[in-house]
Amino acid sequence: MSQRQVLQVFEQYQKARTQFVQTVADLATRPQNIETLQHAGVMSLLRPLLLDAVPTIQQTAALALGRLANYNDDLAEAVVKGDILPQLVYSLAEQNRFYKKAAAFVLRAVAKHSPELAQAVVDCGALDALVISLEEFDPGVKEAAAWALGYIARHNEQLAQAVVDAGVAPLLVLCIQEPEIALKRVAASSLSDIAKHSPELAHTVVETGAIAHLAQMILNPDSKLKRQVFSALGQIAKHSVDLAEMVVEAEIFPAALASLKDPDEYVRKNVTTLIREITKHSPELAQIIVHVGGVAAVIDYLGESKGNVRLPGIMMLGYVAAHSENLAMAVIVSKGVPQLAICLEEEREDHIKAATAWAFGQIGRHTPEHARAVAVANVFPKLLHLYLNTQNSEDLQVKAKKALKSILQKCTYLPALEPLLYEAPSNILKHVICQFSKVLPHDSKARRLFVTSGGLKKVQEIKAEPGSAIQEYIDAINSCYPEEIVRYYSPGYSEALLERIDNYQPV
Amino acid sequence: MATLVKLYSQLEQIKEQYFIRNRIAEEHRKRENQAAVKIQSWFRGCQVRGYLSHLHKNATSIQKIWRGFIARKLFRHRLKAAYFIMKIHFYKKMAVKIQKRWRGYYVRKYIHNYYARKRYLEGLTRKNNQIRRDLEEFAELQRRERERITLEKEEREKNIQAQRLHFLLSTKQCPGVYNSPFKTEPDEMELRLRRVKPRSAPKERKTPKIPPDLFNLTPNRDRLPPIHQKPQGPFRSSLEVQQQRYRPLEPSLRVATSITALEEAREELRRQEWRTRVIDQPFLPFLNASPKKRYEGLMHTSTPFEQVGYGIKHFREEQKEDLQGKKPFKTVFTTCHIFDKFGRLYSNAGNIV
Repeated sequence: MSQRQVLQVFEQYQKARTQFVQTVADLATRPQNIETLQHAGVMSLLRPLLLDAVPTIQQTAALALGRLANYNDDLAEAVVKGDILPQLVYSLAEQNRFYKKAAAFVLRAVAKHSPELAQAVVDCGALDALVISLEEFDPGVKEAAAWALGYIARHNEQLAQAVVDAGVAPLLVLCIQEPEIALKRVAASSLSDIAKHSPELAHTVVETGAIAHLAQMILNPDSKLKRQVFSALGQIAKHSVDLAEMVVEAEIFPAALASLKDPDEYVRKNVTTLIREITKHSPELAQIIVHVGGVAAVIDYLGESKGNVRLPGIMMLGYVAAHSENLAMAVIVSKGVPQLAICLEEEREDHIKAATAWAFGQIGRHTPEHARAVAVANVFPKLLHLYLNTQNSEDLQVKAKKALKSILQKCTYLPALEPLLYEAPSNILKHVICQFSKVLPHDSKARRLFVTSGGLKKVQEIKAEPGSAIQEYIDAINSCYPEEIVRYYSPGYSEALLERIDNYQPV
Repeated sequence: MATLVKLYSQLEQIKEQYFIRNRIAEEHRKRENQAAVKIQSWFRGCQVRGYLSHLHKNATSIQKIWRGFIARKLFRHRLKAAYFIMKIHFYKKMAVKIQKRWRGYYVRKYIHNYYARKRYLEGLTRKNNQIRRDLEEFAELQRRERERITLEKEEREKNIQAQRLHFLLSTKQCPGVYNSPFKTEPDEMELRLRRVKPRSAPKERKTPKIPPDLFNLTPNRDRLPPIHQKPQGPFRSSLEVQQQRYRPLEPSLRVATSITALEEAREELRRQEWRTRVIDQPFLPFLNASPKKRYEGLMHTSTPFEQVGYGIKHFREEQKEDLQGKKPFKTVFTTCHIFDKFGRLYSNAGNIV
């Protein structure tokens, strides 16, 4: 045959290969095709195409592999077992930017499923190659590399440490300063994944000067970027007081409070998480947040949101109130208690109700003023029901009981204590009676009210062992009243009177 | 003697009388003795009583005076004590006042100031309300902004739609689709069609500003010539490709400056000067900055250009007559011996010794 005919055979083969690989890549975008592709043995067919002479075929094959591995972890394991990773890593250093993007995509898709796969990716030496890609000019390549590194670092502390040891943190901080929004997003997300595991890693991230750049991006209009930025700041601040102070010194407040009105739900949630992580460490930090108006903003946020995203807000209020009674009074003054009562009413999830109960306990336990504010919001019956309802989880019951006990020990607001007399079990009743015995000796109006509302009658009906604490309190209460009244209300008095009729002889 | 005889006659009588009287006296002696004793004892008693009462009076007097003295002394002591106690009470009251004030101040300053706390809580409420208002306003602004953007986008899309469908405009003869004769008012789309200019042929895109000498070298960006029959690989967008292919020439500074740049710049400077100079007289600063200061001229200008009258005509002039008998100056000085030993070593190695 002539030379042209010979070459034509090769051209046809190349066209066939190109078409195959492009079609597979297109099919791999749809999840329903992937099963079929897997059964047809696409992995073994794609592998040699990675080493193809034509660059387009290589890139398309890498892209198809990435999409397949992205779908589920069996395919990702198949990629690892097929020894494809070393080839990819090698070519990551060599080839042009489209191939680098595709290869980084494959590494990301493999690493995202589980720590073992991520470890396998790291073991092939992918980290150095990815770091080199991070130093490229093309923003797409940087984005793909940063994303892959973020997914590797996400799983556990050792992997994050390995990523940091490869020298990734300064490069990510440089990526954050780039003008492309997608790159900023991915870099912020990767920093967040690195910093979340331990204080040392968070320190490493902070030493590269990440906080200043993250703080600058708070007012960026892009919602997804703000999500990642606030998440990163929250992960940094959560570990220790110093880190939280560094985050606060970057002067993110009060600008961060404006993001509490962002239309995107996750931005609001991440801001609230950040505020929670800051306030939980020390009273000074909580004081800063209170002064800046953070408490009011978070309470409004609680009013506007529903469901699981309320949890960080509720915990933040609890942490603020826990530090000192000044701060708890600040929470009360900012109208936090009615809002928390609404949350307790509306939410159905146990862990949110447990958090609300805990927050109430922290607010009300300081002084009688605080306990009164909590009592006025009609919270006690609800807490009691939460405690007594056996269908609730253990955690919820325990938290409700603790909250109730700690508030009751300071409560002197009698109208709220009265309903508890009727329904409470004995360990709660003890505290209720104790409070009554403290207040009644000094207040005559309260004594009168106590009698007319039937409280004295109920108290007489309580059976207590003599010598126990309850008996002492009951005696203290009885000693506030003249003996006739006590006898009148004691159980069995009407029978005793009637018996006297039997024994009475008219003159 | 008569008396004697008388007496002797009476002797018996005397003896009788003597015995009678003795007997009588003897009889009365006891009684009289007792009476005498009684009288004497009574008198002695009176004496003694008188004496005793005298003594009593004196003793009473002494005791009276003494007791008065002691009592007055006691009274003075008591008075002093009462005065002291009164003063102590007064001091205690004053001390209570001071302590009251101090304790109030101390508690308020260091332990717990109720009014400061009240003010703090009020301030906090105000700040909270302000923050709430600000956040509401901000949220409102953002919402309006977003609504405005969506409205504008819709508007633009509708305009593009109207541009494409410009042929549906109603004419005098035949009402268009959107201008139904059964309705009183034409439809909103009809009005839009009337307003909007029909899409003209794709116009010349504005070329970026490039210097005129490089104009001929940059290629035409209007049309993208087809490269392959089939579409490109799946991961390149056409925008990217176009940008890559027709990346504008980024010449270096040297290439971009024309050869006559210097002359042009000078010309430009001259033109600028001609344009901007409004006043021809340059603004001179004040000649006399400090009018009080006298101007000290240079010595060269202020001294007359004349011979110096020192005694010699010129500076280097020598008076030969005065120097007749004198020896000329020694121009060579005596040597100092610092460098005598220089290079002269103790050993033969340097070979100067």
